[in-house]
Amino acid sequence: MSIALTMLFNGLTYGVLLFVMAVGLSVTMGMMNFANLAHVSLAMLGGYLTITAMDHLGVSFLVSLPLAFLGTMAFSWVLERLVLRHFYGTDDLTQVLLTIGLLFMSVSTVAYIWGPSFKPITMPAVLTGQMPVMGLSLERYRLFLLAIGIALALALVFGLERTRFGAMVRACVDNRRAASGCGLNIQRIFALTFAIGGGLAGLGGALAANLLTLDPNFPLRYLIYMLIVVSVGGMGSVAGTLLASVVIGIGDVVGKYYVPQAGGIMIYLVTVVIMLVRPQGLLGRPA
Amino acid sequence: MSAHRLYFANQARWSGWELAFWLAWVVAFFIPQSNLALLSQILIWGLFAVSMDLLLGYRGLPSFGQAAFFGIGAYTAGYLSKFGWTEPISGLLVSGAVAGVVGLAAGRVVRGLHGVALLMVTLGLNSLLYDFVQRSTELTGGDDGLPGVGFAPVLGLFKFDMIGRTGYLYTLVACFVIFLLLRALVRSPYGLALLGARDNPRRMQMLGAPIDRDLTLVMGLSAAVAGMAGALLTQTTQFVAPEVLSFQRSADVLVILVIGGAGFLYGGFIGALAFIFLRDLFAALNPIYWYFWIGLLLVLTVTFFRRGLLPALADLWGHRRKPVAVDAKHPKSQEVAP
Repeated sequence: MSIALTMLFNGLTYGVLLFVMAVGLSVTMGMMNFANLAHVSLAMLGGYLTITAMDHLGVSFLVSLPLAFLGTMAFSWVLERLVLRHFYGTDDLTQVLLTIGLLFMSVSTVAYIWGPSFKPITMPAVLTGQMPVMGLSLERYRLFLLAIGIALALALVFGLERTRFGAMVRACVDNRRAASGCGLNIQRIFALTFAIGGGLAGLGGALAANLLTLDPNFPLRYLIYMLIVVSVGGMGSVAGTLLASVVIGIGDVVGKYYVPQAGGIMIYLVTVVIMLVRPQGLLGRPA
Repeated sequence: MSAHRLYFANQARWSGWELAFWLAWVVAFFIPQSNLALLSQILIWGLFAVSMDLLLGYRGLPSFGQAAFFGIGAYTAGYLSKFGWTEPISGLLVSGAVAGVVGLAAGRVVRGLHGVALLMVTLGLNSLLYDFVQRSTELTGGDDGLPGVGFAPVLGLFKFDMIGRTGYLYTLVACFVIFLLLRALVRSPYGLALLGARDNPRRMQMLGAPIDRDLTLVMGLSAAVAGMAGALLTQTTQFVAPEVLSFQRSADVLVILVIGGAGFLYGGFIGALAFIFLRDLFAALNPIYWYFWIGLLLVLTVTFFRRGLLPALADLWGHRRKPVAVDAKHPKSQEVAP
């Protein structure tokens, strides 16, 4: 029983990681109809930024997290302004190919700058080891992840539902043309949303550096997971992305533990069935 | 002759460029130092990309799962030979038929989908199959490949040799025959109906065209061609491993087609030539970072030559053919302005 609960917990925290990495992609896809596969490269960038900050600036892991967020956010903003915004009107396939090209380039560039091998990360003592919680012995780092995930999800919901900027973002997701007609500066909202989404991906990558192997092939390994989470959850829906992340995270961890020979088959099967029954995703709006 | 007959007769005419293209492959066989094994690989990639072209260029359906059909063909050919059916030509046809039937079923399943949902379902089905084949090591040999694959001489006369002379000619003839059939198909009324459904499905429906049935059929045809490409790979290399089913292969074939240009059948072969040669070149320059250049090539292609390399060059030389592929930049035709 305690093994099952621990597995459930591990899957939940894995889902939280997926959520932090993917939520920005979901919002930008829902808003601009832009399929940015290179989003997963931004997550990798965040991971490497956090390692660089710790190695070269000598800061602790907790301080490096906001740095990774801000650094990736700045990079995303530049990327959007310089390259991506020219492709908003194009068809899905052009966007997919363009961003796959960028993803390939990111893999080699990161290998060139940081070296092709796996980068380990040293955690502060507070976040290592186990901790007893209600009779279970849980990893401290995963508890920390869970706390961050809950805080972020609340902050996102609050930001989208209760702030002025959130209202603008929702207006753009609902109807870009009408929002523009009401005098909203669409381009600026896009750019800022994209940058925040990219920053969150960077934060997710920084958080993942300890749990998932961080090496230049990171984007190729996790691209499929990110796409699955976004499309199963429904593009543009924060709650949907959270739901899908948790379902996929738990499904993956529990599935691989109890039926190791099936590997990723469970996840793919769930994805195919959900996409066939609800092409718009669990909480997405019908096309 | 009535107008529409004249139209189709006109469409069927061969241009000098096309003849030169196929003659070049024959000439390559007689050049003493040519690397026939590599050229066979290029032809197989080209045929595989042509199967993608049928789906994407002519019907406007993107897919992340085309390698599934390639792999089904490759494994069918492998299993046939393992169980004693080593005659290659019938093996090739059976492999194509098996992949085609699976394609029909897949086409039936996905025909309500488009855009991201379609990409995700094809990707999911492809990954499902890959995981299954890779993990069933007793059944498929896993990453070590299927044991006991070997083929009888072609027509009972020509043995598959080490330097790949038989393999090359066999692949070339197979590709050419399949290409002829596809060329006739896309220039037929059925081919026109596909183009119509690509550019404006709603209107085609109003005209009474059975676009759902056409879609299922074209998935089946495309899968059959992909399956035969896979069978050719198994037969010429006498080897088959789960790599034939990988997502990487599905992505690469999209890249090849887009580099070459979608919607005129030759794009697949041209893209395969460019892709394989550039890949070897970049990998020789630097074995670690070569994917950077492939990525850059992809970015530049979609930025500057959205219709592919060859149409762009043809534009440059003013030799723009009056192609069926008027506009490979498929508009989001499903979308209606609010």
